Parts: sequence; structure tokens; C-alpha cells
Amino acid sequence: MNRLVPKNIVRFLLLLVLQVLVLNHIYFYGFLNPYVYILFILLLPFETPGWLLLALSFLSGLVVDLFTGTLGLHAAASVFTGFVKPGVIKLVGEKPEYDSTTQPTLKEMGFKWFLAFSATMTFLHHLALNFIDVFTFREFWQTLLRVILSSVFTLIFILIIQYIFTSRKEKT
Amino acid sequence: MRNLLAFIVRYHFFLLFLLFESLALILLANSTYYQRSVIQSAGNSISGKFYASISDITEYLKLRRTNELLSAENALLRQMKGVSFIKTDTSSFWIEDTLYKQQYNYVVARVINNTVGKRNNFIMLNKGKRHGINTDMAVITSNGVVGTVINVSENFSWVMSVLNKQTRISGRIIKNNQMGTVVWNGIDHTTGTLTDIPAHVKIAKGDTIVTSGFSYIFPANVMLGTIKDFRVEQGEHFYVIPFRFSVDFNSLDYVYVVRNLLKVEQEKLEQSSEISGDE
Repeated sequence: MNRLVPKNIVRFLLLLVLQVLVLNHIYFYGFLNPYVYILFILLLPFETPGWLLLALSFLSGLVVDLFTGTLGLHAAASVFTGFVKPGVIKLVGEKPEYDSTTQPTLKEMGFKWFLAFSATMTFLHHLALNFIDVFTFREFWQTLLRVILSSVFTLIFILIIQYIFTSRKEKT
Repeated sequence: MRNLLAFIVRYHFFLLFLLFESLALILLANSTYYQRSVIQSAGNSISGKFYASISDITEYLKLRRTNELLSAENALLRQMKGVSFIKTDTSSFWIEDTLYKQQYNYVVARVINNTVGKRNNFIMLNKGKRHGINTDMAVITSNGVVGTVINVSENFSWVMSVLNKQTRISGRIIKNNQMGTVVWNGIDHTTGTLTDIPAHVKIAKGDTIVTSGFSYIFPANVMLGTIKDFRVEQGEHFYVIPFRFSVDFNSLDYVYVVRNLLKVEQEKLEQSSEISGDE
């Protein structure tokens, strides 16, 4: 468990830098912005206590907010993501053999599980984010389209990052 | 009491979620003006420096385009100068400029952070209070309207882009002088919408929309865009007019912040008339 704390802090900082410096400036088709920082919330170990999960989600969202100038928006969406995480894990199916240090990564859980897990989480996060941002159901279909398309891009980024990290770990 | 504690312990995850979520939403709801200005100013000075150094680098990549824009504008200004006119009417004469009082003055600033992909987009500029920028000042380029300053810190300012849900700019179709309101309804950063033009008015594709100058923020006749299409929704009496922005929001670099020197006087006059009107 102790080894996991610095690891998660480093991961948080790296993802934040990636998000703020690179991804916030990337627009696919002019309006799709990937939000990869949620990978931090996704990869918190299974046994993270509930309060810590929520607090860390809130914190990570808030830091992103400070840099995008949308105070509270990402925080709200991230807290929601943290909240649904245990439910999504249950839904996707738990593996019985994990201990306190297991993290829901691609390497440890397998591709199929990770894809289902991260796709659901990403979709829920983007759903919350976009609807809180727009704050009306009047443009429902338009917003939903945005949610689905940007979820796909975020997911692609998440999978790429996971593959890069997995291959590096195998070397050491 | 014990039951209550047991309840809290049993549902602590959900209760904590409610707590954090409402905290975030309160932040979001209140951050429009006051809280944003407090926290943002702190955030601005960190992220502002950060973005300033990033844009120091990316600036070089845009130099060619910036030069083209500047020389185009120079040419336009040169055309307007006295030396490029010849007197055709010998009876006319130059009027001394004491008749003119300057109303607008311009501060050049650089965009150091900008988004176009969100529902509500904002822009950060590398100049702030120290350079004479204040809230409610217009931001334009040589091509047209960019946004309105909504918050300033010492060295940076935060601009609400036209690409925002809250945008309401008074616009005018040059051809027939009809006034309407410019809004942006999301997704496409090249297209805005002009509303409130009565359906009986004749308009055509390609007509030019400029600012009306009826607000104290924007000077009159700043370009907004050209009409792309128009339609009247069933049962409505007003057009919905999508138009192409004359500004490419995705490649903003240098902008002008417009200071209305007579704004205080204008506002005072309006306020005093409102008070006397109430009595």
C-alpha cells in the first residue's frame, strides 16, 4: 500500500500536466476535447476507502478547474465519477482474487474488463461534465452527441496511455 | 442519536458524495462573478504565468500569420489617412479636430489561453489592471468582435469569448439597419446566430452584420460576420439567422481591448434618467 501512494501522486501530476499543457489545446473536429485526467480516478486501487476516493476525485477536478477557469465544473463531474466507481466495478464484474494493492489497470485486469470499465466510467464522467456545463436539457441531442464523441476520444487516449505504461513496467 | 450515527456510518459514502457534489455545484453557481474573481485572480497569477511561458514559444509559429494580418490592417489604415486623399472639391477645407473628442482607445494584448470547443469558452490575455484594462471592456481584432472582459487581475485578464452561452451582443444588418441580438448556441466555433430580426424584413445570404454600438461596451460598426442562412421557425415572428463569424476564434493571437472613455458619462446619464423616470 505504501508504495502505491507516491505512485499515485506521480501519476496525478503527470496526468495533470498532460491535460493542462497538451490536451486542453486539442480539439478534434473543432469541439471535442479529451479529458484524460480522469484516468487518475479510474486507477485508484480497489481498496481505496470511500471517503478518500471522493476527496481525491474532488481535488483532481478542482485542480483542473483552476487551469481551465471553470471553477466547480470538473470538480462536480469528477466527484460524480468517483461516486459511481464502486457501482461500475460491481456492474462490470469483480475478480475475486484481488488484494489491497490491486489496481484496476489494463495489465492486472485484462483488456476486456478494462475496456468495459473505462468506457462506462468515461461516458458517465463526460455525461455529467457536459450536462452540468450546458445546464439545460433543451439542447439534449446535441449535448449527447458531444458526450459520446468526446468519450470515444478520451477512451482512445486512456488505452494508449495504459499500453505505454504496461510495456514499460514489463521491462523493469 | 445512536440511530442517526448508525445511519451516517451506513450511508457515509452517499452522504459524502452529496456533500462534495453540492460543494462543487455551489462553487460553480457562485463562481460567475464574486468567487470567481477571488479564486480566479489567485489561479490566474499561477496559470497565467504558466500559459504566458507556453505562448512565448507558440507565438513563433504564428508569426507569419500575425504579420499578414498586421500589414493588411496597416494598408487599411494608410488608406484612411489624409495623405491618400486628393482634394477634388476646392471649396472644402479641413476642420480642426477640436470638434472631435476621442471616445475609444485601444490596448494591444496577446491571447495566452483560449478554448473554442466547450459550451462556454473563455480567453486569457497577458495584460491586466496595470495596463488599464478593466471589466466590461470589449475585445476585438482587426477582423471583428472577440468578447468581453469579465475579470482582471494585476497582469492578466479573463475574457468571455463570444463563444459562450451568456453572450448577448447587439448586432445590426448593415444593408437595412435592422437591429438584433447575437447569441451562440454551441458546437460550431465558426457560426453564430442573430435573433430578434422581425420576419417581414428582407435579408439575403451574404449580408454583413456589425455591432450596433448601442451598448457602452462595443464601438459601433465592428464586424461580426456574414449571413450564411436564415429561416423563420413555425409560429414565430422573428428570423433565426446563422452567420459566419468574421473572426477565426481558433487562431486568435493579438487582440485589442477597447476602452470606452465616455462610458461613465453615458451610464450616469442613463441612471439619472431612470431615477427621474421612476418618480
